[in-house]
Amino acid sequence: MNCRLTHLRALEAESIHIFREVAAEFARPVMLYSIGKDSSVMLRLAQKAFYPGKIPFPLLHVDTSFKFREMIEFRDRYTSAIGATLIVHRNERALAEGANPFRLGTQKCCALLKTRALLDAVSEGGFDAAFGGARRDEEKSRAKERVYSFRDAAGQWDPKNQRPELWNLFNSRIDKGESIRVFPLSNWTELDVWHYIHLENIPVVPLYFAKLREVIVRGGSLIPIEHNPPLLPGEKPQAVMCRMRSLGCTPCTGAVRSHADTVPKIIAELVGVRRSERENRIIDHDQEGSMELKKREGYF
Amino acid sequence: MLAEAPAPIRDIEAFLDQDRQKGLLRFTTAGSVDDGKSTLIGRLLYDSRGVYEDQLAAVRNSAVNRSTGPIDFSLLTDGLRAEREQGITIDVAYRYFATPKRKFIIADTPGHEQYTRNMATGASTADLAILLVDARLGVLPQSRRHAAIAILLGIPRIVVAVNKMDLVDFRADVFERIREEFDGHLKRLGIGDACFIPVSALDGDNVIARSSRTPWYEGESLLEHLENVPLDGGRTGRPMRFPVQYVIRPDGSFRGYAGQVVSGIIRPGDSVIVLPSGRASRVKSIVTWDGDLAEAFAPMPATVCLDDELDVSRGDVLVHPGQMPHVSRHFETMLVWMSAQPLQPGRPYLIKHTTRQLTATITAVRCRLDVNTLEETPADRLELNEIGRVAIESTRPLFFDAYTSDRATGSLIVIDPISNATVAAGMIQEPRRNPAADYASQTALLELEFQASRVTPVERYARAGYHPATIWLAARQDLAYLLERLLFERGCQVHVVSGEVETRILPEIAALLGAVGLITIFSDSTLDAAECERARARVGSERFFHFDPDNLAASDEQAARQICAVLEDRGVLPRSRFSETEGI
Repeated sequence: MNCRLTHLRALEAESIHIFREVAAEFARPVMLYSIGKDSSVMLRLAQKAFYPGKIPFPLLHVDTSFKFREMIEFRDRYTSAIGATLIVHRNERALAEGANPFRLGTQKCCALLKTRALLDAVSEGGFDAAFGGARRDEEKSRAKERVYSFRDAAGQWDPKNQRPELWNLFNSRIDKGESIRVFPLSNWTELDVWHYIHLENIPVVPLYFAKLREVIVRGGSLIPIEHNPPLLPGEKPQAVMCRMRSLGCTPCTGAVRSHADTVPKIIAELVGVRRSERENRIIDHDQEGSMELKKREGYF
Repeated sequence: MLAEAPAPIRDIEAFLDQDRQKGLLRFTTAGSVDDGKSTLIGRLLYDSRGVYEDQLAAVRNSAVNRSTGPIDFSLLTDGLRAEREQGITIDVAYRYFATPKRKFIIADTPGHEQYTRNMATGASTADLAILLVDARLGVLPQSRRHAAIAILLGIPRIVVAVNKMDLVDFRADVFERIREEFDGHLKRLGIGDACFIPVSALDGDNVIARSSRTPWYEGESLLEHLENVPLDGGRTGRPMRFPVQYVIRPDGSFRGYAGQVVSGIIRPGDSVIVLPSGRASRVKSIVTWDGDLAEAFAPMPATVCLDDELDVSRGDVLVHPGQMPHVSRHFETMLVWMSAQPLQPGRPYLIKHTTRQLTATITAVRCRLDVNTLEETPADRLELNEIGRVAIESTRPLFFDAYTSDRATGSLIVIDPISNATVAAGMIQEPRRNPAADYASQTALLELEFQASRVTPVERYARAGYHPATIWLAARQDLAYLLERLLFERGCQVHVVSGEVETRILPEIAALLGAVGLITIFSDSTLDAAECERARARVGSERFFHFDPDNLAASDEQAARQICAVLEDRGVLPRSRFSETEGI
């Protein structure tokens, strides 16, 4: 008998423990569902944590209206197939006032359509705990994030005043209006996530797989044309074999050239190409230490 | 030693297969300011390709380079802006890398003296600690402190990396002197098998591969050691503990207790006792999304269904009979105080222990620990980053093991009920062997079955200090009387029934004598197997012990001791001081 878990099963065990702790200790948890691969893994772990029961909390998608059509289709199909409750929230007021990244720039656009919308949705729903799929290996400031990340009544994060977190004893105490962001995938790496998707045969949005897509080639970037980004003189869309490495809004998510059309091929590409997955996310690079600033303000 | 572009993967399935088999090693790193810890971690990540190209480019482009080389590896790990400005890591950062053999999680903790709490945090989940020593400076007070905290937090393995060997010309005598001094310190703290490695994090010597500049060093490189050190499988060898996290009841037909096996192994068919009710049942099935399991071992998550409909809720613990944890409202723990507000004895705090949260008072500070030597000095309060032993009284009993035998059931955090802050981390101490307190502490033991009596078995146990039992010893009368004498001398009310019992009422007699708290030894050559089974069914198999004379030692004295050992194992008798070998 081999009483030792492989690293994927050890990570799975840790995540399931976190899901159950939160469901037991908080009055109104919610899972932030971004439709991406990490969300897909979170969903599977939540299914496992409460099997044969259903997932005992709703999913919340903060929809900026700039998401890929394939993401929305996948979201609606998959969440209904597994019987999950889905809440979709948009910052309708900002959208009515014409918020978009081309006019406002990425920083302001994110602040309104993602951060603000998220904070509003959490407070309107009265949610006291919100699961997010962030991993510590994604970005330097995330390496110090707790599994239970305390947010004050304004939804903000104070990196200097985090609760120490020992063993797997999580402190769930909060006052009214405060909340905890919970990151069950904290210790997973991008490779772990893909390998688990492969192992468990978890459905993901087809945008992750390579195919010929119409994009604008600008320098090294491949820009999707779904939401009509402004063109530079002489630019016109062309078909390129490519895929998305991470999924965000179409104007801010570049595609990467790739022939990887299966999960094993994606993993092969990942191990071969050592570029971090957030590299194609424009918002991380708009200011030095920018992710940390966004997080202080309440971004995931 | 620079990371070259890796060869394209030819056979992805083979790669995945290998990746799937990998184990996980969590380690923590501790060092003093400027002894090159961030550089060492940056080097491990970089050389094992745990760093992405674009992150590396960001570091290359950074205005800051505190190193002498082209790349300041420490920038790869220093995360937050404030730290970047100060040039000191001030919080725990987690890092990930993998080699073909293993996946690693690093808890990188700061070396600055006032941050004991961060080191304790990083150490709490670690299987191994790397302690850095600057070869030029030798063993500093901080080095001793880091070793002490690592040991206090129960990290099973310690590696001392003697860094900056390049600045002492890779001299063996410098390394040996440090090794001798530090090893002596570690031995005094109880660690006899620490591993010492001479390295240069800046140049990479003995980090990934063995260096030609230290021909006198014959051991492994740091990474080789991390890849080869045995993974701790010890959790599965300990008594089973299953704290219930969540009750799953999708409909009227299913009721499962979800949780994590934190120690030991649980299997369908196992007899279990639910604490605190003391009710006994049997595991019907272990349900998971991936199908029912034939066994679940630590640290697997599981959903356990029981044969009986019991009232089990979050915070309850399933254990095997005869493997009881300590049960008490009074216990002592070592606390690492983590709040700027000093500990206030007498004030109510909240405690989170396994899946339970309860109110407790720290009744007294027993002593403060010198964090360099772990020596105890008298104290009546604890302040930020101090460590001390305190007495705690909780409003409800806690089911615990000593931290040294079980990290999962021996650890707790202390929460301030006003600020909600986590103010301390606690490691519960083995209760002192005060027999009276020991017996009283195991009060939540047996199922309350005998409705006729309002004095419960639990209360009887609390007074008597042992459980009633029926011992079936056909045809060894001399042994029966010797055993009676032995048990009597250990304080038990015990009686031998021999010869004249009418067999039809025998099971009733056995049950009745058990109900009033006696240990009864049946010894009659006319008793047969059918009687034995009827008596077992009436008394309950938890309290019924049938010894086949053929399986016992021929000498009565030895056989009696064998029987006592079994009774101890099964929780009928408390362990005698001299037979205690458990938990190792």
